[in-house]
Amino acid sequence: MKKATAQPAQATGSAASGSAGSGSATSGPSKAGLLTRMKRSYDRYWYAWAMVLPVVLVIGVLIGYPLGRGIYLSFTDANELNVAKQIGETTIPATYEFIGLDNYWRILSGADGEFYPKLWWTVVWTASCVFFHYTIGLGLALLLNRKLKGRSLYRVMLILPWAVPPFVATYIWRMMYNSESGVFNALLGKLGFAPVDWLGDTFTQKVAVIGVNVWLGVPFMMVAILGGLASISSDQYEAAEMDGASPWQRFRHVTLPGLKPVSSTVILLGTIWTFNMFPIIYLMLGEANAMNSEILVTYAYRLAFGSVRDYAGAATYGIIILSMLLVFAVFYRRLLNRQEAAQ
Amino acid sequence: MSAMTESRHDSARPDRAAVNPTQAHRPHRKIRGRDERSPLASLGLHAALIGAAVIAVFPIAYMMFISLRGRDGWTTPTSAEGGLEISNYTYVLTETEFPRWFANSVLIALGTTALGVFIAASTGYAISRMRFPGHKSLMWVLLVTQMFPVAVLIVALYNILGGLGLLDSYVGLILTYCSVSVPFCAWMMKGYFDTIPYEIDEAGRVDGLTPFGTFYRLILPLAKPGLAVTAFYSFITAWGEVAFARAFLSSDSMLTLSVGLQSFIGQHKAEWGYLAASAVIITIPAGLIFLLVQRNLVAGLTAGGTKG
Repeated sequence: MKKATAQPAQATGSAASGSAGSGSATSGPSKAGLLTRMKRSYDRYWYAWAMVLPVVLVIGVLIGYPLGRGIYLSFTDANELNVAKQIGETTIPATYEFIGLDNYWRILSGADGEFYPKLWWTVVWTASCVFFHYTIGLGLALLLNRKLKGRSLYRVMLILPWAVPPFVATYIWRMMYNSESGVFNALLGKLGFAPVDWLGDTFTQKVAVIGVNVWLGVPFMMVAILGGLASISSDQYEAAEMDGASPWQRFRHVTLPGLKPVSSTVILLGTIWTFNMFPIIYLMLGEANAMNSEILVTYAYRLAFGSVRDYAGAATYGIIILSMLLVFAVFYRRLLNRQEAAQ
Repeated sequence: MSAMTESRHDSARPDRAAVNPTQAHRPHRKIRGRDERSPLASLGLHAALIGAAVIAVFPIAYMMFISLRGRDGWTTPTSAEGGLEISNYTYVLTETEFPRWFANSVLIALGTTALGVFIAASTGYAISRMRFPGHKSLMWVLLVTQMFPVAVLIVALYNILGGLGLLDSYVGLILTYCSVSVPFCAWMMKGYFDTIPYEIDEAGRVDGLTPFGTFYRLILPLAKPGLAVTAFYSFITAWGEVAFARAFLSSDSMLTLSVGLQSFIGQHKAEWGYLAASAVIITIPAGLIFLLVQRNLVAGLTAGGTKG
């Protein structure tokens, strides 16, 4: 092989081939000094490194540095009043102090009175949204995955909500939820029911935002699952039919297992997206009148840019949210791997 | 049994009957194949799909309806009295800052997309084809950055950009959006490059191309559809972003659509008619392109995940 030994990997996802490659590079003549080894691995991999360099730089500068700064801020008492400021010609230096883990302790011990109620609602919000997204998406995909008249028309109509930018969709729904002139209350009135103050009460606020997010998120799940259904070989269904499997048995033992790769990915993505879903809740409920329907992300945002800007508190919330998502993702992956190993 | 014998698998049935005649002659044990259903089931199927389609389409249709009902049409949501007019559109396009916001949004989203795709393309290729020290950790970093909640970076970025005097500017917001779009584009393009056969790379190498040459001359042209979809997705992500735009932009002429629209429904008077007209203008172009590319979109999003 020539110098271009940054060889194409045969099997995708086998990072093992990477370590094997570097292993053979270093374990050759074992007496080779550090410099020689570095030189050799540079010769071998410089193409690959040059190609990933731009992204590594961008991630380092635009994500790594702010992230480090954010982590540092979370250990301080920085707020609007004590950060560095520029007033006219004079610069007022920052006067915030390092206070260690105080922010984390205040939040995680429940002393701020906000974290656990908001965490609970965020979990309920995420779980119910992802549940409805997935089940409705699966149901519609199963309906569409048949021979029927007007199938492509149905498909386009069902995908439409996804084509609407979330902030636009939120405004549309907010207009429909309007308590005096909204279409929902007008329809309720025609049916003889009393109007509902959709965005005025904590419970209906929560129902309202879940409704919007379900409406927005189902098409993605539906299209993804349709793709998954198409990839299940019809041989499997034929075999199941031969064995006399009922429709339910075919669904349970052929369709669901066949959908598993797609399902696990979209559920993970959906969970992360929903957990961090900012625009719907922020734009639907505004800034002031929905303290009890905020999820963690919108609460952290309000801390940072609300009336008294608590930068340190917001940074701490940010780090805590990210840690929770990371832990979730790792456990989720591990659970899936274990299930795969068990089969 | 008639439904069953009409099945498209009927060539297989005689064999089965021969092997196991007792089962084949049990007339009441009806097990329907996948493409068979009674008329009643067909009716139910269509009813369910029509119901779902109505729910999916209604808000969009309603938005169009309200936008055409004049300034105060929204206060009588179920009546069409007075007919339809386009006064909301002319007002929004001529009397408000809306065109300016639209231009801001286009500029910022285009800048983000161009930078994101340009910077990320070669990385997507490298992590799709090459195994090098640091490969695994880079993949991991790309994955983790997709999980970043806005709250993690926003405070630090706000302070940093403030220090550099880049708040309330295009550059500041484009750089901020790149923190989202660059890792995302790299991840998504990896998914597309994975679908291009390795034989093409090998052919390039046999012909004496360096890996860079292979990438620019062979793979990139083949990946154009994938690049287009990645670009589009990163465009609409920047197009619809709310949190950073709201925090970083302050002067009225710098706002993007997602922030500017809010001023139509401010504290004093809610102008839902104007808002609906703006919403229609925003949605139609993006929506049309979206419907064209959406099939590829899902493939790209999920491919990166399953093959990780």
